[in-house]
Amino acid sequence: MARIAIFGATSAIAAATAREFCARGDHLFLIGRNPHKLRAVVKDLQVRKSGDQIVASASADLTARERHPALLDEAQRSLGGLDVVLIAQGSLPDQRACEASVEAALAEIDTNALSVISLATLAANLFERQRRGAIVVIGSVAGDRGRQSNYIYGAAKGMVAIFCQGLRNRLAKSGVTVTLIKPGFVDTPMTARFDKKGFLWAQPSAIGETIVRATARGADEVYAPAFWRVIMIVIRAIPERVIKRLKL
Amino acid sequence: MSAPLSWNRLPRLAPRRVAKLAFRHDPLPPLEGAPSRLAYGEGRSYGDVCLNAGGLIMRTRGLDRLIAFDRATGRVTAEAGVTLDELLTFVVPQGWFLSVSPGTRFVTLGGAVANDVHGKNHHRAGSFGHHVSELEILRSDGQRLVCGPGQNPEWFAATVGGLGLTGLIASVTLDLAPIANACMVTEAKRFRSLDEFWALNAVAERDWPYTAAWIDCLSAQGRGLQLAARHAPAQANLPAKRSRPLAFPIDPPISLVNALSLRAFNALYYRQPLPKGPTLGRYEPYLYPLDALLNWNRIYGRRGFFQYQCVLPPEASRDGIAQLLRSISRRGSGSFLAVLKTFGAAASLGLLSFPRPGATLALDFPNQGASTQSLFVELDAIVADHGGALYPAKDARMPPPMFKRGFPAWEAFSKFIDPEFSSSFWRRVTEQ
Repeated sequence: MARIAIFGATSAIAAATAREFCARGDHLFLIGRNPHKLRAVVKDLQVRKSGDQIVASASADLTARERHPALLDEAQRSLGGLDVVLIAQGSLPDQRACEASVEAALAEIDTNALSVISLATLAANLFERQRRGAIVVIGSVAGDRGRQSNYIYGAAKGMVAIFCQGLRNRLAKSGVTVTLIKPGFVDTPMTARFDKKGFLWAQPSAIGETIVRATARGADEVYAPAFWRVIMIVIRAIPERVIKRLKL
Repeated sequence: MSAPLSWNRLPRLAPRRVAKLAFRHDPLPPLEGAPSRLAYGEGRSYGDVCLNAGGLIMRTRGLDRLIAFDRATGRVTAEAGVTLDELLTFVVPQGWFLSVSPGTRFVTLGGAVANDVHGKNHHRAGSFGHHVSELEILRSDGQRLVCGPGQNPEWFAATVGGLGLTGLIASVTLDLAPIANACMVTEAKRFRSLDEFWALNAVAERDWPYTAAWIDCLSAQGRGLQLAARHAPAQANLPAKRSRPLAFPIDPPISLVNALSLRAFNALYYRQPLPKGPTLGRYEPYLYPLDALLNWNRIYGRRGFFQYQCVLPPEASRDGIAQLLRSISRRGSGSFLAVLKTFGAAASLGLLSFPRPGATLALDFPNQGASTQSLFVELDAIVADHGGALYPAKDARMPPPMFKRGFPAWEAFSKFIDPEFSSSFWRRVTEQ
């Protein structure tokens, strides 16, 4: 029975993952921004859980990084310690708006990268002291290569990926795992404005199952679904002088 | 994503826009120029009752959360996009079951309420609406309306069986029935004629909480199997866990259901060796025989198929069912699973509910164009003659007068329709 804190818990992927953890009997502490949505997600888990399982929550805007230490403390107090921290908050920026406004671009970097790095750093220090624990971060295939259609989001996710590599390297000797999940296209409210035709689109529940398995075995980097690994090998292999002329 | 379809894959009516609902506290998505909106769950109804050509379709599967469950009383509250399958997975291990369940568990709670579905235990338990204690409806003006048998009962009567037109059904509170385990005791009996069916059925209704008959619609005399069941009492030796359903993988270019395959299937099904006396098994094969083959609707091919389900009042049932079966067998066209069942005396709660005392016959037919349509005209005449009605949830083609005669409360009901809600079915049968 792991004690798990989930940041950004009302995102479709995080909520689906929480349901999987809950079914395994884990104790959960959920942090989300919107209190209505958080209440709906938490209530569902509280109905599903077995009697002695803990499902607690706190509502917080994670771009307020000064609150991060207190939130992590509250999660520990509430569950009597922590074994897993899942960092899942994020937003899908309007790329055009980010091009027109530096403020908008930096706000997206803040949400998708800085708040993640802040939480992962705090969790790393805690887990390093206790010499065990698992940090799980939701990245994206978009972080594997910059494309004109969403390079602000991609840059943030790419920063998170490099950060996770370094952190993994640092924590390896402490027995702490750092798992980066790289989902492809997932059918969630975040991607509502896309036309979801075709086999590339996955359901959040499938990503949730992948995350639970990857967490349990302490995986390093996991594409979800797995076929994205192959797609991204190809995308990364295209020379820059070619890719810069493509409509991507 | 491709346009939402109903289960029989026709008519093909594309919406202008599809929106997915994620949280029940969110306001309804904007119309963005669409003339109307309609909720769409799993698309397990037939015809156009779940379609809204040119309008906004709101997919409800994102509303899949449980809200409350009282293990002691079996009262459960859930968001309307939860499927019966998901609910059963949760409640069966805790000793509870749906009080009423239709022939597939892959429907949402919202769909079950909106069509006031019935099951093989109608003669004992009534229809789905009889076990709903509360509904939350989100209207397009932002109002959240809570209704139930004792609270805003006029809204409750409009929404149960209300085809999703009174607003978005956001959550449903249900009273479940206690069970001892996940098994059922079932008994199958062969009948060689309709007369034998009526005799067997009277006994089965008296002795069993669940009963329905499969009928060979190619035989003029109306032979078939009477299938009765009850939830198993507590006992030590229970069968093993359920097996995973298979999926039908392709869309054959033509229907695999034709006169030849149908005759062979029906002859074999009728002659299958029946166990002597009651047997014990999991609940799925009895209650949800077709759920074992996911996408079974694809066996009818790209052209799709029609369901035809009618109800005839008690005094006209014997004569009417016999006439319907004679018509169908003369054509040599019909379904693998033709189902004949009698409804109990319980009056339905919904203004537009389909279940009413009498006998109901459900059949599917491959879409063979004009010849299928002319058969329906013939069947309609028999149903109308006997004072019967057709089931909106399974209809793609009934003429407006047929609807208005079968559901005389339709005008009273229409006062409760949300001004932004509509469906292709409603516009068709009310000639808008």
